[in-house]
Parts: sequence; structure tokens; C-alpha cells
Amino acid sequence: MNVLLVLIPVSIVLGGLGLCAFLWTVRSGQYDDAAGTSARILLDDDGPDEG
Amino acid sequence: MTTLSACPACAAAPLAESVVQREIATADVILSLPTIHCAACIGTVERSLRTMPGVEDARVNLSLKRVSVRTRTLTDAALVARLQAAGYEAHPMDSAVLDNGKDPEGQRLLVKLAVAGFAMMNVMLFSVAIWSGAADSTRDLFHMISAAISLPAVLFCGQPFFASAWSALRVRRLNMDVPISLAILLAAGMSFYEVLNGGLHSYFDAALSLTFFLLVGRYLDHRSRRTARSAARDLAALEVHSAHKLVQGSTQTVPVSDLRVGDVVMIPTGVRVPVDGTLISLEATTDRAFLTGETAAIRSVMGNPVQAGEINLGAPFKVQATAVGADTTLRRVAAMVEMAENSRNSYTALADRAAAIYAPAVHLLALLAFLGWAVLGGDLRQALNVAVAVLIITCPCALGLAVPAVSTAAIARLYAKGFLVKSGTALERLAEVDMALFDKTGTLTVPASKAVRDLLTPAQQAVARALAQSSTHPVSRAVLAALPAGEAATLSNVIEVPGRGVQGLGPDGLAQLGDGGWLGADFDGPGLRIGCAPAIALPLSEHLRDGAQAAIDGLRDMGLRPGIISGDRAAVVTPLADALGVTDHQAGVTATAKHDQLQALADGGHRVMMVGDGLNDAAALAAAHASVAPSSALDAARNAADIVILNDSLADLPLLIKVARATTRLSKQNFAIAALYNCIAVPVALAGLATPLLAAIAMSVSSLTVLANAMRIRRVR
Repeated sequence: MNVLLVLIPVSIVLGGLGLCAFLWTVRSGQYDDAAGTSARILLDDDGPDEG
Repeated sequence: MTTLSACPACAAAPLAESVVQREIATADVILSLPTIHCAACIGTVERSLRTMPGVEDARVNLSLKRVSVRTRTLTDAALVARLQAAGYEAHPMDSAVLDNGKDPEGQRLLVKLAVAGFAMMNVMLFSVAIWSGAADSTRDLFHMISAAISLPAVLFCGQPFFASAWSALRVRRLNMDVPISLAILLAAGMSFYEVLNGGLHSYFDAALSLTFFLLVGRYLDHRSRRTARSAARDLAALEVHSAHKLVQGSTQTVPVSDLRVGDVVMIPTGVRVPVDGTLISLEATTDRAFLTGETAAIRSVMGNPVQAGEINLGAPFKVQATAVGADTTLRRVAAMVEMAENSRNSYTALADRAAAIYAPAVHLLALLAFLGWAVLGGDLRQALNVAVAVLIITCPCALGLAVPAVSTAAIARLYAKGFLVKSGTALERLAEVDMALFDKTGTLTVPASKAVRDLLTPAQQAVARALAQSSTHPVSRAVLAALPAGEAATLSNVIEVPGRGVQGLGPDGLAQLGDGGWLGADFDGPGLRIGCAPAIALPLSEHLRDGAQAAIDGLRDMGLRPGIISGDRAAVVTPLADALGVTDHQAGVTATAKHDQLQALADGGHRVMMVGDGLNDAAALAAAHASVAPSSALDAARNAADIVILNDSLADLPLLIKVARATTRLSKQNFAIAALYNCIAVPVALAGLATPLLAAIAMSVSSLTVLANAMRIRRVR
């Protein structure tokens, strides 16, 4: 069962990474315009002005 | 966390945040785009703005239907013209009134939700291991890790509930958050004590999933409220709050709030008078429909009083202010609205009524369980364990989700149909109405100017403006008044054909404004013809609003009695009521009388829905059991109404009532589901047989049932 001592911290750190990534998306306002974000994927022009 | 973080995202987050803030701070112009709806719209709008010289950046927000444009040189008008040429209706918004599009409260809830979800999933994994038979030191280790994750997570994520419970307890009241907070804290604290003493059971996963599910409900609730609030603020920001003040012969544009008594204000054609005052031009023609409901234009001569809220239909005129700001007639109505609203605030929401019964019952039950087991069993630790189990089992996971899940789904459904629900209890009140009273002017009918604006493209409007300007004929004047303010096209050889109309040569050939017969069309009355295109009839009297007939018929079929209550003359109201098949109609009713009538109907046991748009309706809207205003309404009326109709049609009013009734029905069903589940689970908990596994299963199943039931609102037709 000693493998648990490695696996548990690893799984918690991995989960924590996912949590941090989610917190980043929240803070950078990626949920502010849900309708727009889902529509923008259909936009074709990859011009330099497209953000 | 920013400097010594192992996680790159944590270090990046504050940076990204500061970038976003900088962008918002420099967005200069915000335009409302009511007609955008898809990816192609975003593309066209952004491309046409970005290719415009002087525009540094443009970004569309589809959820809020607006675009923010960064520019140093361009004015609102130039951008609006550019978008109109691209085929999009655009209106400048007052950025001082708008919020900056950020939602710190929602972000905080989302972060707490994420942390609770993360902690719940981890602890649940350990719990599954324990339930499947982990024993001895492995179990103790798993319990300790669970405690290390749970305790900080519960203290962090539970804050919204603790704060709300504390504020209720401080004024010696119980709300839903009191049993919630008690259950979360007791479950976590009790489990911690058990773990330290090598106990068999811990309720960490229950405490966390309780927090998680309730935060979902809280976040849904917050989102729907915020959408409504920010859209209401959008409407307010569309009002232009500036006036043209005359100073030593030249005009200055100043905010309305800076006007003083005695100032001379210039009122251009088509603009609303901002102050009460005396006319100092020779004569003026104004529209008082918003103030009194009268459709006929009012002619005033020099020295006559002019009221704030009138719209100039004729040539520009000057007014000397006699009352400004809060002293104007317009604002005095607001006081009346406020008084009427206070009486409505006594309405108790369904969720609060449920909490009032539920909260004391739960506390009593848990206390009885504790006392019973302490006295009969004599083991305090065992007694406390049972009490905690009762609190967790009865805890309103499903109850906390019951109303927010349904109302979020209902509000989203209604928003897609063009209804903006402004008040939290609006749908519940709307479900109870048995009468529908309509205002006439501006509600059942649309003024000519609106009809003309919708009929003509901006290019055609410019041509019509140029032709109408060159003639002093009353019909030309009326056409000019019906057109929105803007630039006139350049025409050559403009001549007036007596008894027929005006004509001129433009880029598209011969342009004619005049009698239908003269234009070779089969309608009577004025029309516009450009080149070889067919003539367009221009309606100069008010028109029945789209869907008015469908709304009246639909409401009657649902058992609501329709009625018309108007400030206009009987000669106009009666034919309209007959055409719509409404027998119950009154004309010439003043604003105060409307309010008094609604009060009388309410005292007589009726629950009335009022639909109106004018200043004369505002007090009645506030006094009604539930109220609806079209988006074209005066802001006083929109503020007083519970629901604003964003599109121009009334046809979906019956659907609104249906969705409102379904919302109440589904909320009650959800309460019933939660109660049923308690009836089964509580005896088990009281008997001391509840295990953490049982609590976890019961909690998840009841929450999912309630959520699934809420989704049925989408199927209301």
C-alpha cells in the first residue's frame, strides 16, 4: 500500500492544476459572453486583427 | 499566491485580469445592437468597424448585444451611421449609467463553486474507498486527508450561506441559510471530532456536496437576476441625458442635470423636452402621448407652458425652464410610483414561505433527536451523531435548488422570446392574475414615427427628409416629424407640385413624396417613391401593434378578462376596442384615476396585470399585481414594470402567462419531491440508521430529480 503515499499527492496536485486552470478562465472573463464565445468559433477570418 | 505559486495558471491569472481591466478602461464608445444574433453578425459588425479609419478596436458582446469601440477621434453618430450602412440598428449608450460588463459577485460564486466541486470530488474518492471496506490505518489516513481538504474548503465555500444566516440571526429571524449553515458546520466539525478519536463514520463528503449543490442553486439565481438587472440598466443607458442650452446666441450641449431654472433650452425636431418651462418661440407642435395618452398633436403658442416629456413634432423651438430635475411633472410621478411599489414589496416569495415553515421544523426535529437519544441512550456522542445525520438528511439541498433551477430555466426561456424579467417574484405574481388591463397609446398601438422608421431604410429616410424639408405643406411637416433625426440626402431640382406632392432628382433617379394616386400606387394618403421602385405608403396615424389581437384573444382563452384603460378620447378608443373585441374599455382616464381604479380592483379581490408604456401608466403599473411594459416605454414606466417586452410584438403575452404558471407549478412540484424524500429519509435518520453513504446517495438523487423536473419548463408551448 506504500504506492498510495505517492499516488495520493500526485492525484491531488493534478486535480489542483485543473482547479487553477478553471480559476484562471474565470478571472480572465471567459464566461462573460457565453453566447458570443460559442458563435465566434464559426468565424472564418484568421486575420491579424482577430483576437 | 502570485509570486511563489507552483501552478503557472495562478501566476497568470492576476496578469490576465489586469490586461482585461486595461482594455475596458479605454473602451470609449459603447453601442447597443438590438438586432445581432449570430456569428455572421459578430463578423460583419467587427469587420465594418475595424476597417473604419480612426477605430483602434471593436469587440462585440453577443450576450449583452452591444459592441465596445475604442476610438479617439470618431463620434457616436459616425459609428452608428457606419453600422446602419452595414444593415445593423445601433444606438449609443451612456457609459456612465452602464456597468463595465464585469460581474465580481458572480465570479466569486463561480470560484467558490469550483473549489467546492474540486474538494467534493477528491473527498468522494476517499469516501468510496472507505465505504468499500478500507479499514484501520488506511481508513484513518483517508479520514485525515479528507479532513485536510474539507475543513478549509467548507470554511471558504460556505461563506455566502454563513453571511446570510448571520444577517438573519442578528435581527432574530430564521431563513433557509440558518439550517444550511448549521448542517454544513456541524457535519464538518462533528466529523473532525470523530476522525481525531478514530471514529468509523465521517460526513465530510456530505458537507461538501451540500455546499456544492447549494452553490449551484445560488449561482443560477445570481445569474438570472444579473441578466435582468444589466439589461434593465441597458435600457436606461439608451436615454440621452444631454440638452442644448442657449448661451448668448450659441448652443452648448450640457447634461440635463446641469440645467437651472431660467435657462433657455433649444428643442430640435423629434427630441423630448427635458424641463418644465414656458415656450418662448412663436409656436410649437408637440406630442403628449407619453404624458396623457392623447394621440393628437398639441399646438402651443408663445407663453404657453410646456412639460418635461413632451416630444417636439414640428420645427425646433426654445423653452425657458421654470422647473428642472426633481421638480418637473415627470419626476413628481416617480414619487407616486414609489408609494405604490412599497405596498407590493409586502409580497412574500414562494421560497421564503417554504423556508418559514421548513427552518423551524428542521431545528426542532434535530433538537428532539438529540434530546431523545441523550435521555434514552445516555450517550452524548451518539446523540450528537444522530442529530447531525438528521440535519444533513433534511437539509434543503433539493429545497435550495427547487426555485432557482425553475426560475433560471423560465427566465432564459422568456429572454429568448424577448421578455425581460426584472423582478424576482414577477413570475409568481404573474401566475396569479385574473385580469389584464391594457393602455392604448404606445401599448396596443404604435405611433406613426415608429412605423415610418421601420418601413424605410436609412437611405430612403434621408431622401424623404430632403423632400419633406423643402415643403411647408402640413403633410410634409407630419412626414418630417415622423422621421427620426438625421442627415438629409442631397437632391437637385426640388419642386413642389401643388395638390400632389414634392419631387426632386437624386442619385437613384426621380424621388417623389406625395399623394398615392400621383405616385401611381393604389393607396390613398402620402407615400414615397424613389426611381422605378414601387411606392411605399407612409402611415401618419397610429397603428395597431403587432400581435395585439393575438394577445387579447390568447389571454381571454386562458381565462383572463382583457380591458382597455386609456387617457385618450373616446372617439379613438371605442373603435379600437370594438376592432379588438374588447367590451371592457374606458377613455379619458387620468394617471391618478388609473392608479385608483387598479387599487379598487385589488381591494375587490382581483389580481390585475397592467400593460402600459406612458408616464400616465407608471403609477398604475406599480399598483398592479404584475405589470408589463414595451421597450419603447418611457423609463419611468419601464422602471415601474416587472417585465419589459424587448421585441415589438405583443403576440407572446399568453406564452408569458403560461410560462409563469408553469414556473409556479414546477416549483411546487419540486417542493413536493423534496418533502417526499424527507418523509422517507427522516425516520431512518431518527432511528440512528443513517450512514454517510445513504446520505450521499439520497442527496444526489433528490437534487438531480429536482433539476430534471425544472428542465420541463422548456416544453411549455
